[in-house]
Amino acid sequence: MTAQTLVTTTPAQVTARPRRRFLGRGGEDRPSRKTTLVLVVCSIAVFLPLYATLTMAFKTTAQSVDGQVFSLPSPFSVDGFVQAWNLTNFPRGFAISVFVTAVTVVGTVLLASFAAYAIARNWDRRFFRWSFFYLLAAMFLPFPVLALSQVKLTGMVGLANPVGVALLHVMFQLSFSVLLFTAFIRGLPEELEESGRLDGAATWMVFRHIVFPMMAPMSATVAIFAFLASWNDFMMPSLITADSTLQTLPVLQNVFQTQFSSNYNVAFASYLMAMTPAIVVYLFTQRWVMSGVTQGAIK
Amino acid sequence: MATAAVTRPGSRDVAAPATLRVRRARVPRAFYLFLVPTLVLFTLSITLPAVMGITLSFTDSVGFGEFQFTGLTNYVALFSDPAIRASYAFTIGFALVTVVLVNVLAFLLAVGLTARIRAKVALRAVFVLPMVISGIVIAYVFNFLFSNSLPQLGQAVGITALEQSLLANPDLAWVTIVVVTAWQAIPSALLIYIAGILSIPGEVYEAASMDGASPARRLVSITLPLVTGYVVINMVIGFKNFLNAYDIIVGLTNGGPGTATRSIAMTIFSGFTGGDYAYQMANATIFFLIAVVLAVVQLRLNRGRSAF
Repeated sequence: MTAQTLVTTTPAQVTARPRRRFLGRGGEDRPSRKTTLVLVVCSIAVFLPLYATLTMAFKTTAQSVDGQVFSLPSPFSVDGFVQAWNLTNFPRGFAISVFVTAVTVVGTVLLASFAAYAIARNWDRRFFRWSFFYLLAAMFLPFPVLALSQVKLTGMVGLANPVGVALLHVMFQLSFSVLLFTAFIRGLPEELEESGRLDGAATWMVFRHIVFPMMAPMSATVAIFAFLASWNDFMMPSLITADSTLQTLPVLQNVFQTQFSSNYNVAFASYLMAMTPAIVVYLFTQRWVMSGVTQGAIK
Repeated sequence: MATAAVTRPGSRDVAAPATLRVRRARVPRAFYLFLVPTLVLFTLSITLPAVMGITLSFTDSVGFGEFQFTGLTNYVALFSDPAIRASYAFTIGFALVTVVLVNVLAFLLAVGLTARIRAKVALRAVFVLPMVISGIVIAYVFNFLFSNSLPQLGQAVGITALEQSLLANPDLAWVTIVVVTAWQAIPSALLIYIAGILSIPGEVYEAASMDGASPARRLVSITLPLVTGYVVINMVIGFKNFLNAYDIIVGLTNGGPGTATRSIAMTIFSGFTGGDYAYQMANATIFFLIAVVLAVVQLRLNRGRSAF
C-alpha cells in the first residue's frame, strides 16, 4: 500500500514544483530535476517486486495463473489471504515470530546494555577490557560455522524450539550491540552517575535511573537491528527448531514451494503478510535504521 | 574470568575510602553481575559450539555415538573433493561479482541522493526499504518473476536467451542470485556511502566549481578519492556477508539446477543428513579461517581509516 502511494506522490511532487526557480541563482543551488527523475526511475527496481506481491495477493486463483503478474486484480479478492491464513496457520506462526522477536529485542537491549555499562566504566581493569574483545570476536563468526554444533547442543538441552532460537538470536546480536552501547556510554558524562552514587544509590539504581534513560537513542537503534535480524531470519529457525508446527513466519512460507505451488494468489498473500510487519516498523523508525547502519559500520 | 573475580574479593564495601591505592577503587560487585551471566551464556552458546566443531573436525564422527580421532584426514579429503571445490568457487565468484555490482550501484545512488534533489527524504526512505524485507520471502517473489515474467518479456522482445527461465539454466542461474542479493544489500552500502559523501566538506566542492570543474569531474576527482575508505569498508563487509549466502539461494534455486549454485553454507548444512558430519565440520573450520582473515583485514582497515 505504502509502496504505491509513495511511487505516485513522488513524481507528482517533482512535476508540481519546478516553477519556484530563481533566475539569478547559479546552477548549483536549485534542485536538479534530472537527477530526481533518474532516481525516481531507479526506484522502480525497488517497487517492482513489491508491486507484484501486492497485485498478486489480491487476485483470485483463476486470475493469478494467467501469467500477467503486473495486471491489476479484477475482481478484487481477499480469498488468498483467507486461505493463506488457514494454510500456514498464520495466527500461530505470527505469535511464534512475535515471541522470538520480542525475546530477542528485550534480551539484546538488556544484556548488551548491562555488559556495555560494566565494560565502559571499568575499562582500566583487564577483566572487563578482555571481556569486551571476547564478546566482539563473535561478530566475525558466521552462523554456518557454528550451526552443526549448535543444532546438536540445543537438541541435547531441550532448546530445539523458539526459545533456543531467541537465545541464539540474542547471542549473535550481542557483539554488534555491545560495541554500539560501549561507544555510546564512553561519551556520557560520568559526573551525573557520581552524583547519584554520592547520594548513596547502588550501581543498579544508578544504571536504572540515570544511565539507561540516557542511552535511549542507542537502545532504539540496537532494538531495531535486533528486531529486523530476528523477524526476517530464516537460517537459524529452520535449522534449530525441530517441530515444524513451531516455526516462524519466514520458514512457514516454504509450504508454497512444495505443496501448494500453483495457488499463486495464496502464496503472495502469505508473503505479503510475512513482510508487512517489518515494513510498518521501518516506516516509523527510518531515522534510527539509517543512523544505525552508519554507526555500526564506521565504529 | 574466574581468576579476575578471585583477585578482587569482598567488593562489598563500595564506599570504603580508597586512600591507599589512589586510583584503583574496588569494582562494585554489581558490575560483575552485569557482565558475568552474559559471558557465561555467550560461552555456552557460541564458544562451546565453536570449540566442539573444531575438535570434531579431526574425528570420524557421524553426529552421534562413538568416534575416533583421524587427524587431518577430513581436511586432506576436503581439498580433493570436487563438490567442495565447486561450492567454494561458486560462492567466492558470486560474492566478488555481487560486491562489485552492489558498490557501483550504491555509490551512484548515494551521489544522487546527496545531490540537490526534490523529495530527498522520501527517495532515501524508498532506497533503504529492501533492507527490512526478509531475504527468503523476497527470493520467493523474485523466483516467480524469474520463472514467469522474465520469460514473457524475453518472448515479447525476442531475446531467445531469456525465453526460458534463468533459474533452470545451469550457466545463468547465478545471475538471479546476484540480482536479488544486490537488491537487498544495496541499502546498507548506500547508507555508508551517504555518510561518507556528507563528511566531505562543502568548501572543497565550492573551490572546485569556482575553478570551473564540471560535475562529472568533481565526482571523479573529489568525491571518489575522498570516499575511498568507505569503498574499502563496504567491499570487505559486503564480501564477508555474501560468503554466507543461504536464504536467497534457498528461495531461488535451492542450489540447483543440479548443484550449480550450491553455496558453502549449503554444503556445510548437508552434514546434517549425509553422514559426513565431521567432514562438514572440517569444511566449517576452513570457512571459519577465511572469516578470521577477512576480520583481521577489516580491523586493520578500520584502524587505518579512523586516522584521517
